[in-house]
Amino acid sequence: MDFTFFLIQALNGVQYGLLLFLIASGLTLIFGIMHVINLAHGAFYMVGAYLVWSLTGVFDSFVVAILAGIVCAAALGWVIERFLVIHLYNRDHLDQVLLTYGLILVLNEVQRMMFGSDVHGVAVPSMVAASIPLTDTLSYPVYRLVLAGVCLALAFAMYWIIQRTRLGMWIRAGAANREMTASLGIDIRRLNALVFAAGTALAAFAGMIAAPLSSVYPGMGDNVIIISFVVVVIGGIGSVKGAFLGALAIGLTDTFGRVLLPEMSSVMVYALMAAVLLWKPNGLFARA
Amino acid sequence: MEALIDAVGLHTYYGASHILHGVDFRVGRGETVCLMGRNGMGKTTTLRSLLGLTRARRGTVTVRGRDMTRADPSAIARQGIAYVPEGRGIFAGLSVREHLIMAERPGPDGRREWTAERVLDYFPRLAERLDNQGTNLSGGEQQMLSIGRALLTNPDVLVLDEATEGLAPLIRRDIWNVIRAIKATGIATVIVDKNVKVLLDLTDRSVIMVKGRVVYDGPSAELKADPGVLQTHIGL
Ligand SMILES: Nc1ncnc2c1ncn2[C@@H]1O[C@H](COP(=O)(O)OP(=O)(O)OP(=O)(O)O)[C@@H](O)[C@H]1O
Ligand SMILES: [Mg+2]
Repeated sequence: MDFTFFLIQALNGVQYGLLLFLIASGLTLIFGIMHVINLAHGAFYMVGAYLVWSLTGVFDSFVVAILAGIVCAAALGWVIERFLVIHLYNRDHLDQVLLTYGLILVLNEVQRMMFGSDVHGVAVPSMVAASIPLTDTLSYPVYRLVLAGVCLALAFAMYWIIQRTRLGMWIRAGAANREMTASLGIDIRRLNALVFAAGTALAAFAGMIAAPLSSVYPGMGDNVIIISFVVVVIGGIGSVKGAFLGALAIGLTDTFGRVLLPEMSSVMVYALMAAVLLWKPNGLFARA
Repeated sequence: MEALIDAVGLHTYYGASHILHGVDFRVGRGETVCLMGRNGMGKTTTLRSLLGLTRARRGTVTVRGRDMTRADPSAIARQGIAYVPEGRGIFAGLSVREHLIMAERPGPDGRREWTAERVLDYFPRLAERLDNQGTNLSGGEQQMLSIGRALLTNPDVLVLDEATEGLAPLIRRDIWNVIRAIKATGIATVIVDKNVKVLLDLTDRSVIMVKGRVVYDGPSAELKADPGVLQTHIGL
């Protein structure tokens, strides 16, 4: 394997990992703070992809479609939290799994009714459609680099919000001790709605920016949710930092697994998860 | 005296066990009240019912004249009630500084008398530990942080459960001095503690609970002059 090939795979792995992070970070926050297992989180990724595909048709601009899509996704998340998830806070995980699994079925069915079962493509925006030549035969698409850059910027923004702002302190305090946080006058119900809407928007955003690479197809969220849970478990439930490292580790393992050990590639990420859990049973950054 | 908190006829349950049997509890503006009783008599449950943390099944809670019986704990807190719970309620993962930053807000009438600087003047030890994790502080420091955090919400009433439990004698003295100073600023306080002698000296009014019922509610000075009542209900 020559260096250029290695570089391309490494970039792909990092970029896939960053995309996973957008999904897993919301999942881990919703799990860690609200104690809700949200199986439908992957369906939000699909919603994002279909949103950007249909909105590109409306606005004729990828960026405008994404902005409008984020607003729609956040609103969808808010509504789902207010009317469905809110009933799950004091219930056990089985109820949560049942309701959010039901939500996947509903979202998939709505998708089929509205868009049918064809596979759709979303064009890479022309501004970033170029490729950077690496050798005579190999080149790397600019869009993938832009995607990685946007994901990194979002990761930094999340880190900053959670670590440096009062809102972030409230979210962390609420995760540590919900009653005490409420007793300081902070409305946990509004925090929950906000976190859920933001998590939904992040997962949908991941689906939107992935759409030009992966195309848009029915059930595309179903694979994503499993791998996102693997990331959450590796990183430690509730830890955004853990989700970041876990997502990169999974992204690289999966990408290199496919090229180096193709016959084993499907089990590589689970082997990684098992190894991490043997070493740290609660994940890399488990909360005390 | 205007009632800041007026709870009437509280019946509170944990699952099927009936804990409070019609508790009345009132706190006037600027008043210092202690809640006494042996272990398991329902002191904490009474405080939690006032704060909306454990919902009373019957009875009403009025705060500053507003019905708060069904209100969210955060809404009750924003009516000017701050809580220093048993066990102190320090947040894992937050530094001392973050505890203070996250709590600060104007009181119900917009007052901002308590700022981080003022709290740190009261608790110089916290000023030295601003970048430590709250959970790494000693018990006394954690209690100071819990009280400081409560003051930063600019409350009208400070509710302290087990104010000095588990603290060394010198630290207890510090905490009592701080509570005296807070009382002098005009903030009403509700205090639960094992030290009956200090409570009787410090408070305006005493409430004694036995098995989820209020058996005494009167001036602390009168209770002090009548050791028989304490003997009967608390065993002193
Ligand atoms: N979460 C709970 N579930 C069930 N029963 C409880 C719970 N918390 C308290 N109790 C019971 O309710 C009764 C009153 O408890 P509470 O904590 O209010 O007493 P307390 O006066 O604060 O006692 P202490 O001095 O020990 O703090 C006790 O009999 C206790 O066993
Ligand atoms: Mg108690």
